[in-house]
Amino acid sequence: MVIGLGHYLFVAAVLFTLGILGIFLNRKNVIVILMCVELMLLAVNINLVAFSVFQGNVVGQVFAMLVLTVAAAEAAIGLAILVVYFRIRGTIEVEDINAMKG
Amino acid sequence: MILQALAFYVFAFVVMASAAMVVVSRNPVYSVLFLILAFFNAAALFVLIGAEFIAMILIIVYVGAVAVLFLFVVMMLDINLTELREGFLKYLPVGALIGLVLLAEILLGLGVIGNTPTSLGALAKAGPQVLAIDNTRAIGRVLYTQYFYLFQVAGLVLLVAMIGAIVLTLRTRPGVRRQRISEQLYRPKGDAVTVVKVPTRGGV
Repeated sequence: MVIGLGHYLFVAAVLFTLGILGIFLNRKNVIVILMCVELMLLAVNINLVAFSVFQGNVVGQVFAMLVLTVAAAEAAIGLAILVVYFRIRGTIEVEDINAMKG
Repeated sequence: MILQALAFYVFAFVVMASAAMVVVSRNPVYSVLFLILAFFNAAALFVLIGAEFIAMILIIVYVGAVAVLFLFVVMMLDINLTELREGFLKYLPVGALIGLVLLAEILLGLGVIGNTPTSLGALAKAGPQVLAIDNTRAIGRVLYTQYFYLFQVAGLVLLVAMIGAIVLTLRTRPGVRRQRISEQLYRPKGDAVTVVKVPTRGGV
């Protein structure tokens, strides 16, 4: 019953897959899509931290912190764009966002 | 050791279950709350493996900032929930198929399941390494020396994100009267005060 690297990688793989599945299923709701992106970044962080701990190298955790920073910045910008979009259009459906299509 | 394994299985199950609930939940508010639960349990997994600093940062950044931001936006935007759920069942078979294929590919590629030449035993030394110093001190030693510029760039990324969010969402409404102190201060005396010579017993 020793918890190894494989267990953590399994959890991370399931989280990443659930994130992709969420993007597929909630095609219209931008907020849920952003949450699914956060889930995928969490899976990446679990991978980084698990490899870092099991190899005894702390650099992976430093990189996980940078991923966390970028995730926070992405959430802030994404939600700001969403608020502006809702203010202009009155809806947040993704399929209406095609004004920049050539 | 058995207790640790049990804790791992409980936390891992709750992480995966709440991630699934984020995806299938009908109301975005519930999605955000399940996201918070997933982050808390992921932080518990990190504590279990011995990465306490990242666990605490995860709780502070994700639960304290990102999830609250999500909750704020979900509650502020008055969105039509039924319209947004359309197409959920339509995409379910394709999405589930792609998800299963992707999961199998990841697990086979990593060698978590099946017999593959890449063995995780080669990547992982036996069990979690016990560092001579505690986790936070170890991170600090490399973060502020070797990766100092990276650390500064991370701060710049956050600054740019903050300025960008403010610039995007700031709006100046027309027709709002507000106090303009500089104009008040620079108004010449002649506009404000008129001196009237009042004759005695005459009145104005």
